[in-house]
Amino acid sequence: MNHAIQKLIISWCTILLLSVPVQTVADENKGLEIAKEADRRDTGYKDSTARLVMELKNKQGDTAIRHVRVKNLEVIGDGDKGMSIFDEPADVKGTAFLTFSHSLTPDEQWLYLPSLKRIKRISSKNKSGPFMGSEFAYEDISSQEVDKYTYKYIKDEVLNGIDCFLIERYPAYEHSGYTRQLVWVNKNEYRPEKIVFYDRKDTLLKTLNYSHYKQYLGQYWRAEKMHMQNHQTGKSTLLSWFDYAFKTGLNDSDFSRNSLKRAK
Amino acid sequence: MTAGQQIKITGFFICLIWLCLSTTADAAEWSGNISAQSRHFLHASSPVNAGQHDNYLSLTAEPEFYHRWDDEQQSITFTPFYRYDQHDQQRTHGDIRELVWLKTFDNWELKAGISKVFWGVTESQHLVDIINQTDFVENIDGEDKLGQPMIKTSIERDWGLIDFFILPGFRQRTYAGIEGRPRSTAIVLTDLTQYESADKERHIDYALRWFNTLGQWDIGLSHFKGTSREPILQPTLIATFPPTVIPYYPQMEQTGIDLQATIEDWLWKLEIINRHWLNDHFYAATAGFEYTLIGLFDTDTDLGIVAEYLYDNRDQYLTTFFEHDLMLGLRLVLNDEQSTEALFGFIIDQDSHETLMSLEASRRIGNNWKIELETRLFQHIDKTGFLNMFNKDDFVQLNLSYYF
Repeated sequence: MNHAIQKLIISWCTILLLSVPVQTVADENKGLEIAKEADRRDTGYKDSTARLVMELKNKQGDTAIRHVRVKNLEVIGDGDKGMSIFDEPADVKGTAFLTFSHSLTPDEQWLYLPSLKRIKRISSKNKSGPFMGSEFAYEDISSQEVDKYTYKYIKDEVLNGIDCFLIERYPAYEHSGYTRQLVWVNKNEYRPEKIVFYDRKDTLLKTLNYSHYKQYLGQYWRAEKMHMQNHQTGKSTLLSWFDYAFKTGLNDSDFSRNSLKRAK
Repeated sequence: MTAGQQIKITGFFICLIWLCLSTTADAAEWSGNISAQSRHFLHASSPVNAGQHDNYLSLTAEPEFYHRWDDEQQSITFTPFYRYDQHDQQRTHGDIRELVWLKTFDNWELKAGISKVFWGVTESQHLVDIINQTDFVENIDGEDKLGQPMIKTSIERDWGLIDFFILPGFRQRTYAGIEGRPRSTAIVLTDLTQYESADKERHIDYALRWFNTLGQWDIGLSHFKGTSREPILQPTLIATFPPTVIPYYPQMEQTGIDLQATIEDWLWKLEIINRHWLNDHFYAATAGFEYTLIGLFDTDTDLGIVAEYLYDNRDQYLTTFFEHDLMLGLRLVLNDEQSTEALFGFIIDQDSHETLMSLEASRRIGNNWKIELETRLFQHIDKTGFLNMFNKDDFVQLNLSYYF
């Protein structure tokens, strides 16, 4: 009798011991598959342009506005090329950022200062720093490549009436400000609906909500509103996107040093 | 009429005609800024610098007109600049910073008009940067430049970026007038300027630059042939009070290298020039780094540490104070909504221990205003040293600008 119980316990333990990593691997694979599918569905737009209005709000409710024009060039097999040109505030008008993003090697970044006519190569280590004083870090707005994270599927969850996969992802690149992010991925459209960010101490830091999704070229979903709430500082930033255009015919020469100087 | 004045007047009319033609055009826009500046000197001026004051108020306007057409393949930019200074008649001056037409083709572009170009990577001085003349009355740090007439073609391929410049028309360096401060003890007589070339300010200069990025390296190679932007200041033979000097602009050829390695949070920088002029040649170099502590004490603040060594092997015709000098700086960037920044730096001459200290800080107010503080202090000034003329010229300056 004792023997039989012992055997039973041992076999159950064996199953448990084996099944934990098996289950983990399965969850990791499922998480990665969801990320890959989301990436696959968002591939092939070649290039895009859009206008961005950022509304920065502090704890007291004071607001500051930024106007930025954004251009993107899809690079197959590597991170995208991106250019951001500032229109407002007026003292930084014409300031432009050029980024060649890479999955795991450091991004290449240049900053153009129009008053000095100077191009500065800048360190891309600063991933966790705020973009233009907003609650979005550089790593939040940079090109989201599959290889940038490792993944784990958590569960299915209904978020505001939308069927979602809840996955957790962990930055695989260096110098991230986050230990992990919880991402709610829309089951039908494989687009993010919400991301919760945990800081380096694994404390709740920010929540990003996507809304007003619009589909372009019958395929590509873009949220017109992205609201980032910082839970630690009480500050928030609302991104509003306008005039999205895809396959506009941009090429490498629109993301060169010369193009940076004539960006305005 | 000097070449500069001719350029200004011609430019003004071209623009006027242009504006009349383009009033109905779309994608035309005005932007720019106006500012008020108050400069306060901490000490009474040196008795040898008669005519100077302790407080200077000045006003500036720098509007910019920009228009593009032809599916954004062509553009014109017009940026006039004017400063009114309460006391210094030489600092009260105007300039066309830009009046330039740009046409973009696939992989190359053509630019013609008056424009501004920056080359180089270092912070303490800009050895390689040679195209534009320094607007020295604006600030003694040499960061402000006068518009330069140019025709520029630029080709960008996998092997890099090549810029070729034809530079017709020379701009003289601006110098403070008798009531200006800081200024050299000797007044610079810019109306009596002499040139080595018989073509004087109409000499046509040429410049060529190649630039490329190879992984973490950004490399520039440049060559310039033409009139030196740095004059030799020759004492006049007439005894006057205050004493006077006449600028002499020799011909020169200069080859430059600028290099930056961007490795994690380190920027390693190097600029070297080799200049042939006045039957002589010399080398000068700036080498150093900028290291950034990102997110200081778990805040959004970045602290940059800048260190550069400045070297110059000239033994005659020295036009600079930077011979064997060390520059150390701290750059504080708050990354806040108001883009608050401060740069504190000092340059020490290793031989004489003369020290130039500066603090520059700026912050945006609301969406359209910006306030800037600047302080320059001159320490351990050697009575026979290059900085002796600035001995009593420690100043604090406040700048309030409105951007539109």
